[in-house]
Amino acid sequence: MEGLTGDAAIAQALKQCDIDVLSAYPITPQTIIVEDYQHFYADGEVKTKVIPVESEHSAMSACIGASAAGARVATASASAGLALMWEVLYCASGLRLPIILAVANRALSAPINIHNDWSDSYGARDSGFIQMYCQSCQEAYDTTIMSFRIAENHSVLLPAMVCIDGFILSHNVERVDLLPDDVVRSFVGVRDPVQILDPDNPITIGPLCLTDYYFEIKEQQDRAMKEVFRVYKEVESEFQKITGRSYGMYESYKTKDADVIILTHSSPAGTAKAVVDALRDQGEKVGVLRLKLFRPFPAAEISKELASAKAVAVFEKCLSFGAPSNPLALEVRTALYEQPKRPMVTDFVIGLGGRDVPPSTIVEGYNKTKQYLEKGKAPLYETLGVRK
Amino acid sequence: MSKKSSELPMGGNILEPGNAMQYKTGGWRAERPKHTPDNCLWVKNGTCLLCWIFCPDNAVKISEKDGKYLYEFDYDYCKGCGICANQCPNDCIEMEAE
Repeated sequence: MEGLTGDAAIAQALKQCDIDVLSAYPITPQTIIVEDYQHFYADGEVKTKVIPVESEHSAMSACIGASAAGARVATASASAGLALMWEVLYCASGLRLPIILAVANRALSAPINIHNDWSDSYGARDSGFIQMYCQSCQEAYDTTIMSFRIAENHSVLLPAMVCIDGFILSHNVERVDLLPDDVVRSFVGVRDPVQILDPDNPITIGPLCLTDYYFEIKEQQDRAMKEVFRVYKEVESEFQKITGRSYGMYESYKTKDADVIILTHSSPAGTAKAVVDALRDQGEKVGVLRLKLFRPFPAAEISKELASAKAVAVFEKCLSFGAPSNPLALEVRTALYEQPKRPMVTDFVIGLGGRDVPPSTIVEGYNKTKQYLEKGKAPLYETLGVRK
Repeated sequence: MSKKSSELPMGGNILEPGNAMQYKTGGWRAERPKHTPDNCLWVKNGTCLLCWIFCPDNAVKISEKDGKYLYEFDYDYCKGCGICANQCPNDCIEMEAE
């Protein structure tokens, strides 16, 4: 048991997973991950090739080259750094390279801001990366370890983002139960790459695919993404046998008899659970569905889980300008559309640019949802916790 | 081109080296190079070969037979880029409209 920040927990996991190459560019609030890793490297604790580069575009490009050569590779970024990686994110997934990217979620400029919201990785939701959002430092550590097994599985072969809330998790110290090195080593094993750059057996990776082939390659990628559900469950059940810990694609908290289910993820989910405890004491039938796996989105399971509720109150830290509602609520509404009896969905945009999300914000959204239920009509989305 | 997504290599990778031979790019050509041997140093004395060195598609075909230096273009692959004509120090190659 150690006291670790979310960033430090991820750095420890990367160290134990025996990565071959790490290439990154510093950006708050992800910096500690790479900083810690550089310490391991300087102290001779890891054999990893650490490549300092001049930008995030180069960081992901270096990761792609290394991964294509068969290496186990990781990097980390956030906000503007992730935005600068954008073009190359699609190359990583399109070339089917299982690179692990730790993201300490941070708002995008402008105005410039270093604090947490989910605009950065939500913006990259169509990039072909698996996306897992963690609620605790322990979960960040565990998820990073599992992510290699999921990404490198031959049915999947896709890159993955392990996301933590910037500062709220990245810089907060929590108790983290670390596994012994040899347990992690034997759990993750050695990467068994499928098609690699090898001078003795030359192949071409990333050739031009035009009208006659591009669509088929994207079809392959889509199928691989669908395989994630099965592989995720397999890897997690194996992990659970070793550690006793598992998180699921989502976590249901007091949802069984709930009239209103609060749906969110990362740090607001912890706050929401505390709110639910307090509201339950007052006799309110309310629960939390804490999402973990956002890409691929477990629509079938979640729609079943939500179908019996009267309303689903979505809380999300992202504003999709001009959209009918925001990324998380869009997914939830789509997932529920095929249900014969659909709960009302309310969508609350909270905590942009690190604006605190106290329990009162969650309560406010809950109360509004109840009012909308009585009226039988709700707005497509609204912002909460902002001076209007 | 009839292969289904499940039949194609992952990510569109090309697993067989040198298979660009299977893709005849001569159809892209708008102008075709025409070789006049009179001042060609290769034909004269087996030297130069700037056109052969610079051709991006290995479409300049040279050979020796019975002490003679032979020269031709492989129009299956020549895209008509004109680099050979630009390189030739003796203006032996002219580009003609197809």
